[in-house]
Amino acid sequence: MKPAPFRYIAVRSLDQALELKAEHGDEARFLAGGQSLMPTMNFRLSQPAVLIDINPLAQCAGVQKAGPETLRIGALTRYRDLERAPATAENLPLIKEALPHIAHPQIRNRGTIGGNLAHADPASEMPAIVLALAGKLHAQSKRGERWIAAADFFAGALRTALEPDEMLTEVELPIARPRSGACFMEVARRRGDFALIGVACTVELDDHGRCKEARIGLCNAGDGPIFAVAASRSLAGQNIGSAEIDDAAALVQRDIDPGGSIHASKDFQRHLAGVLTKRALAAATERAKA
Amino acid sequence: MTADTHDITVTVNGTPHRRTVESRILLSDFLRHDLLLAGTHVGCEHGVCGACTVIFDGAAVRSCLMLAAQADGHAVATVEGLAADREHLHPLQEAMRDCHGLQCGYCTPGILMTMKVFLDETPEPDEAQIREALSGNLCRCTGYQHIVDAMLLAAERLRGRAP
Repeated sequence: MKPAPFRYIAVRSLDQALELKAEHGDEARFLAGGQSLMPTMNFRLSQPAVLIDINPLAQCAGVQKAGPETLRIGALTRYRDLERAPATAENLPLIKEALPHIAHPQIRNRGTIGGNLAHADPASEMPAIVLALAGKLHAQSKRGERWIAAADFFAGALRTALEPDEMLTEVELPIARPRSGACFMEVARRRGDFALIGVACTVELDDHGRCKEARIGLCNAGDGPIFAVAASRSLAGQNIGSAEIDDAAALVQRDIDPGGSIHASKDFQRHLAGVLTKRALAAATERAKA
Repeated sequence: MTADTHDITVTVNGTPHRRTVESRILLSDFLRHDLLLAGTHVGCEHGVCGACTVIFDGAAVRSCLMLAAQADGHAVATVEGLAADREHLHPLQEAMRDCHGLQCGYCTPGILMTMKVFLDETPEPDEAQIREALSGNLCRCTGYQHIVDAMLLAAERLRGRAP
């Protein structure tokens, strides 16, 4: 046995899960896919007193249309099911493109979108994607429920806006619109490893082919998932060509603060962020025109 | 603190097993120490190496990243259940032997369980698909080329069999 002792409770209902979290607060952790939590418990980096297993809550998994322009994804939806859902390929091309980069097939068989977002690893792909898509996250507790904009949800490395008694239950994402394009790219040392740098971007064009809105998210580029505000804004209203793309990439490089590691220095990460931003923006713009 | 224990029933390779386990027992350790099925190997114990891969309700998963208690009421398949009997290896195992797909064999059970599901779902894989499917299993001595060869051969042989 590797983890420190804890009390394990497999819940039968969402109410029971929220009840337990209200009772135990920060002493308790939700166990979803467990693909990030279990390694930290095996190393005893995290030692929750209570583990609330939400895997029995089938109602918390699945992808459905919430309206003509939005999809809602249950927090317990596994990556593998997202990969296979026709709704992903059709409506969420950015996620479709990113999924093969997220760890390995065995990890995607268990890992969930909600567990990943609540874990808020700065190097993880999905937080950057949800920022690029301007998603919304649904939190529930015994006290009530609320929607949190992605930009307000992430609060730094492994930190979120969730209160100790709250559970992330759903993610709402916009369906890809006509004349919009998206692209995800990352550089990792090996397939499935954490990205040295990853870039997720969306570009929406107006009737004249000018950029209506562009959004650029980055992973492993600082103390938390990054939304590149200045670079994204610089593209609005522009006819996106190589000069505009170069300027946006320079703004990304200026504004990020990558941590550097034994595998990639800060300078190399910044270099990669520039290169990937250019390539991803060019691809997303082409796709928006197609 | 008194140990938090749970009575669980886990079906492994078709046989139900009833045990009482402590909460913190990993599925990998439960298989090896409680059920004495030591064919499931334990490498990194944080989900990177793939040696502990088993099939859980039809999907290849890391048994070191699950608790035994989570397997209550579920079905697990391990490498011990692959071969029909001692004389007849599974076509995947035959192909690994024929193509020299293993040397030390430490990563082999995880690779077999990963590829079992993959070939069931992808009966006509190309080399790129096989390499992608294998990406979550580290081999540090054989090298991947012979394993890829073995999977191509196994797929061919499995296609030739009556369903």
